[in-house]
Amino acid sequence: MSVLKYAPEALKNLFRAPVTTSYPAKPFEYKERTRGRIDISIDDCIGCGLCTRACPSSALSVDKNAGTWTINRFDCIACGYCVEKCPKKCLTMEQNYQEPGGEKQSVTYQKSPEVMAEEARKREEAAAKAAAAKAAMEAKKAAEAAAAGGEEK
Amino acid sequence: MGKRSIIPYGPQHPVLPEPIHIDLVIEDERIIEAIPSVGFIHRGLESLVDKRDFNQLVYVVERTCGICSFQHGMGYCEAVESVFGVEIPDRAKFLRTIWSEMSRIHSHLLWLGLLADGFGYENLFYQCWRIRERVLDLIELTTGGRVIFSVNKIGGVLKDIPEDQLRHILSELDAIEADLNVIKKTFIEDYTVQSRLRGIGILTREQAHDLGCAGPVARASGIKADMRKRGYDAYPHLDFEPIVSNAGDSYARCYCRLMEVFQSIDLIRQAIGKIPGESDLSVAIKGNPDGEAFFRCEQPRGEAVYYVKGSGKTFLDRFRVRTPTFANLPGLCEMLAGAELSDVGLLVITIDPCISCTER
Repeated sequence: MSVLKYAPEALKNLFRAPVTTSYPAKPFEYKERTRGRIDISIDDCIGCGLCTRACPSSALSVDKNAGTWTINRFDCIACGYCVEKCPKKCLTMEQNYQEPGGEKQSVTYQKSPEVMAEEARKREEAAAKAAAAKAAMEAKKAAEAAAAGGEEK
Repeated sequence: MGKRSIIPYGPQHPVLPEPIHIDLVIEDERIIEAIPSVGFIHRGLESLVDKRDFNQLVYVVERTCGICSFQHGMGYCEAVESVFGVEIPDRAKFLRTIWSEMSRIHSHLLWLGLLADGFGYENLFYQCWRIRERVLDLIELTTGGRVIFSVNKIGGVLKDIPEDQLRHILSELDAIEADLNVIKKTFIEDYTVQSRLRGIGILTREQAHDLGCAGPVARASGIKADMRKRGYDAYPHLDFEPIVSNAGDSYARCYCRLMEVFQSIDLIRQAIGKIPGESDLSVAIKGNPDGEAFFRCEQPRGEAVYYVKGSGKTFLDRFRVRTPTFANLPGLCEMLAGAELSDVGLLVITIDPCISCTER
């Protein structure tokens, strides 16, 4: 009679819809918080390098002068520590995963020429400002020294 | 007296989820002695303290194991937090408790499925893993990962569970409990399950105590040892008693784990009922760890011990984990001595071996 004990369950299973979904015909829906691949809005990046120092798997590298940000997607463990550390919040986690591939490849993001030109202009301005400030300071010092020398005489 | 021979068992064997090698000294069909050897998946995670700073190490430690990943990360964080002497916010404590119990449910359901598979009950195996899938969905919803949670940080947690998700968890738990009640009937009453588990691999209370067994293996032998009763995180606010059985056989170990799934569901309900309102999730940590600390917590497989030692540098001096499977391996050898050869696969499964944790 033990067969009959499971008859209700068996009947229920007979008429129940399948638990599995027919992927890829019905694509998988990622959750809002899914930790997927890391993306960057490169033009906001200031090249501070905090993400490269945070990364537990050393998958990131940054070149401030060249304006590039490089990630080895197959080394990335999607822990999200770089996203947490980024001071400009320009790193984000997408909801989809890295697609499989034959070999480890790194992806380099390059800042747009306009942003690079703008940054170069800002750097030059800052350098010019600093040089002017330095010159003014030196002139002031020289004047003070001259004044002090005059008093002594 | 029959002729003695040695049968190598593992590291590759259909019943083994992870590689462990056991030399079985047999006489006819009966095992005289079992000699285990581990070391097939040693990854040197503990020595990574030299190369990763104490903040990065959270993500390394939680990759020690795929099943109890959350509690590994949590145990490490709590050990470092006690070195700093900080108290994490109450809401973070409750969140850690909820995630701990979720990972216990999914670990035990995985084990129940493997056990059913071990004694050849394929259908029950599928049913267990089908229910486990719902828990994994809840975990993905709240943390963003199905296996690796990555929500711990030193000083608290990274993510909050908002009110609507807490309500969703409660309704999902009701559905999971209803599904569980169906398989509970099978596990507890079914003739095939009973005849395969009852009286197999008996570990007496004295043996379990002397060999230092931990977790459900010890509790199934009548030892009322549960680290959650020690009162870390939100457990002091929750009402529960460790589930203990006195039989000490495979059936008792199955019973303890099955009932612990229900207990975990109850604990999550209690925690959600008592969780404090939205507040800070972490406290700021200043400086580097200087000092040493032990932390003991109850993983799905039993008591895990974490040791951390720092000397004011960003890199720790020493980090060590004592995993529950390591404590249960002597118990397994004791069970195997005198068992039938055909029961070996089942007995190895009943201690819920996690070799990745053990070897790190």
